[in-house]
Amino acid sequence: MLYREVGQYKSSYAADMAVFPILQDRIGIAVILVIAYVVFPLIGNDFLLNTILIPFLIFSLAAIGLNLLTGYTGLLSLGTGAFMGVGAYACLKLTTIFPHVNILIWVLVSGLFSSAVGVLFGLPSLRIKGFYLAVATLAAQFFLEWCFIRIPWLYNYSVSGAIEVPLRTFMGVPMTGPTATSLTRYLAVLTIVVVLTWVASNIVHGRIGRMWMSVRDMDLAAELIGIRLFRTKLLAFAVSSFYCGVAGAMMVFLWYGGAEAEVFAIDQSFLILFMVIIGGLGTLIGSFFGSALIYILPIGLRLIPGNFGVPIRPAAAEQLTFVIVGALIIVFLVVEPNGLARLWQIGKQKLRVWPFPY
Amino acid sequence: MREPAANETALGEALLAAEDVSLSFGGVRALTGVSFDIRKGEIRAIIGPNGAGKTSMLNVVNGFYQPQSGRITFKGEVRKSMRPYAAARGGIARTFQNLALFRGMTTLDNILAGRTLKMHRGFFWQLLRYGPALREEVEHRRRVEEIIDFLEIAAIRKVQVGRLPYGLQKRVELGRALAMEPDLLLLDEPMAGMNLEEKEDMSRFIIDVNQQYGTTIALIEHDMGVVMDLSDRVVVLDYGRKIADGTPDEVKRDKDVIRAYLGETH
Amino acid sequence: MHVLYLIFVDPFMQMVHSPDLLMQTLWDGLVGGVLYALIALGFVLIFKASGVFNFAQGIMVVFAALTLVGLHEHGVPAFVALGLTVLVMLVLAFGVERLMLRPLVNQSEIILFMATFGLTYFLIGFGQLVFGGNPKVMIAQDLYLPSGAIEWKGHFGFVSFQKIDIAAVIIASIMVAVLAVFFQRTRIGRALRAVADSHQAALSVGISLEQIWVIVWFAAGVVALTTGIMWGARSEVSFSLQVIALKALPVLILGGFTSIPGAIVGGLIIGIGEKLGEFYWGPLLGGGIENWLAYVIALGFLIFRPQGLFGEKIIERI
Repeated sequence: MLYREVGQYKSSYAADMAVFPILQDRIGIAVILVIAYVVFPLIGNDFLLNTILIPFLIFSLAAIGLNLLTGYTGLLSLGTGAFMGVGAYACLKLTTIFPHVNILIWVLVSGLFSSAVGVLFGLPSLRIKGFYLAVATLAAQFFLEWCFIRIPWLYNYSVSGAIEVPLRTFMGVPMTGPTATSLTRYLAVLTIVVVLTWVASNIVHGRIGRMWMSVRDMDLAAELIGIRLFRTKLLAFAVSSFYCGVAGAMMVFLWYGGAEAEVFAIDQSFLILFMVIIGGLGTLIGSFFGSALIYILPIGLRLIPGNFGVPIRPAAAEQLTFVIVGALIIVFLVVEPNGLARLWQIGKQKLRVWPFPY
Repeated sequence: MREPAANETALGEALLAAEDVSLSFGGVRALTGVSFDIRKGEIRAIIGPNGAGKTSMLNVVNGFYQPQSGRITFKGEVRKSMRPYAAARGGIARTFQNLALFRGMTTLDNILAGRTLKMHRGFFWQLLRYGPALREEVEHRRRVEEIIDFLEIAAIRKVQVGRLPYGLQKRVELGRALAMEPDLLLLDEPMAGMNLEEKEDMSRFIIDVNQQYGTTIALIEHDMGVVMDLSDRVVVLDYGRKIADGTPDEVKRDKDVIRAYLGETH
Repeated sequence: MHVLYLIFVDPFMQMVHSPDLLMQTLWDGLVGGVLYALIALGFVLIFKASGVFNFAQGIMVVFAALTLVGLHEHGVPAFVALGLTVLVMLVLAFGVERLMLRPLVNQSEIILFMATFGLTYFLIGFGQLVFGGNPKVMIAQDLYLPSGAIEWKGHFGFVSFQKIDIAAVIIASIMVAVLAVFFQRTRIGRALRAVADSHQAALSVGISLEQIWVIVWFAAGVVALTTGIMWGARSEVSFSLQVIALKALPVLILGGFTSIPGAIVGGLIIGIGEKLGEFYWGPLLGGGIENWLAYVIALGFLIFRPQGLFGEKIIERI
């Protein structure tokens, strides 16, 4: 009863083409934003902000990035971790060379470096598709990882070989570095993720989004309606890598506060790919669902035995998490191959016609 | 035979001419020295038994295949080979024998995708989806809605095309081609697998497109009734060679054609 | 100019000057390549028959080796443990078919690919939970695998061949030969090739897809066990092997996803190529290029021959 589009007439094409044409959806988004901007900062402790929300948002952004490439354009990439790394190292170099520019600007600009590298490694997509392309992106993954370790200039010759995040302030408030509070970092991450999600939604709902999906669904037909495949694919690589790069920079500067090259290893790539697929290929909201499930579920699993007083070794809990997550992935794929976003859509549809089944 | 079209006066000028086109894959010859032309404003049928090279001919015309020899003149420009993208730019649209729709997208998005070449707002406006970019979207939506009305598919506007029945998918594909506002429309078996009613609808759409928009059409079709009713001129292929070319009546009486179709040996 | 000399002249000079080092490098590359080829072989078997890009092949190698060593640690005699491990791989094949492939039949490639990721996670967790996560030593002696080295002295120096490496090459060759005979000559092999060609057509002549899938996954499991024993005997049984197993992917690019000879030749090219690259050109870049060289070789190869060494040229139809 509550979720109805009946009676909501649209008098212009613009209204019909809006991202959220239904009133209740718009209210829902507003409520979520209020909770994110007001409620969480008020009630949030360090654990909620730093261990749950900040990483959840960062992973969501990375998942959106990969989703633009894999879900919308149909190009499978296993190099997400490395592209995130490019963002992080670029951000470090930028803020080292120009320390007085606002760090948040550099976080965004470092995405452009990631874009450039992404385009470079997207070049083979001219000739190859599917798993062949996936292996080509593995080349990017391992080559870039090697660069992160072997080129000391990238990590400012630090003794540990890791990125050490310097203190940077914004109008007197520490944004990055050890003294930055989790609240400031949370708000910064939230704002960047909200804005970039909005931009991504604009892209996929417009001409460029249609071009990407055309290439994904039937590349030969796409060429025939005048879409230049190569350019379109490279654009997807560029935008996708931008998102991943920003996510990577945020991960190091606004979450970890320091990181080794290992953070950007192949495991990270796989993790993000999980999120995209479990969440739903080709849906933005699915990226958030996937990130929530894949990132938060293991944390929950680790907490459960402790809370119920079950004596279990931490190592065993970790291994059990692997077993459960692995099994869950298969179960989810069997139950709903189109991901959590599809379940969400079905739920909404049910609600729309409730109390009737059709 | 259908009534002469209003624009038949313009007929006579060749929009596209294929001269001596040969195509082979490895050792298999798909086309051997085929020449024919398509005149402005006409409906040109390409017929022939299975494996005669009809689809290959269309693929050569819009640049999927590069012929080994021969040349193609389109709008007065001679070319030896062409990329599909360039063909689309030049105003050639196409539908396929086995449907080549974007299955994950809605009817609306499929047809809007056909407008890609006509949309010009740059990347940064797209990021904002505001001002000029939004106005452009709306303007093209209006154009697309005309096509949707014309093809009577308003009810399935927001349905993913992968879930539509076959007949409707064929219509959406035609809609996508029409959205390009082509000068030359290539239809590869537009009525394959349809029942009588659907065929009649599709025939009506084809004639309307030809008459209302003056679009030149080349179509491949197996249903001889349809071909004879719709087309102005017919070219017949067999084993990759042209065996007849002329009005439907001429072709129907042609000895070679009868032999190719009925398999007579004398 | 000096850089060009270092890249294009100097490495070859070194090769000519000390042929013993060259021989040694080639041999090491060959052995590495044989093991890559074995992993790739497991991929190819499964991809051919079920269209599944089995990411879990690498972890299956680790899991099989771990099971073998783990059982032996619990006091099971070596050859009994070997038999039991084969049995475990059979159970795994049944489980995969019943719980994963059957419910996911007709799903798109990427969904099946992701499911094998789930399998990977499951096996990592399960293996560690049961047998512990620490690296283990392969029970090479109990399986009567040779140890030590043969040193071969020529007039230009000497080359050392590890006996275990020689055994690995011989066993791998036997394995490939057996598989080849199995697929060419037996009824099941014929059915398998039919399935690889077309699922629908195979079904229509009465071939049971389920049965074929179990057989193929089992065969891949046995190949994984063999690989695990050999690799374990050369270094150790640990989960880090999983990343090395990813090297089978460039091998597949070279050889094509569906070609068994391709997997073998591709494996040898990658194995030898990366050893030569690391030894002669690696120092110029600061070493460690072994980690990505294989992928870059494959990438370069893709540009010129996207269908692989033995794959057929793809003609796109529409």
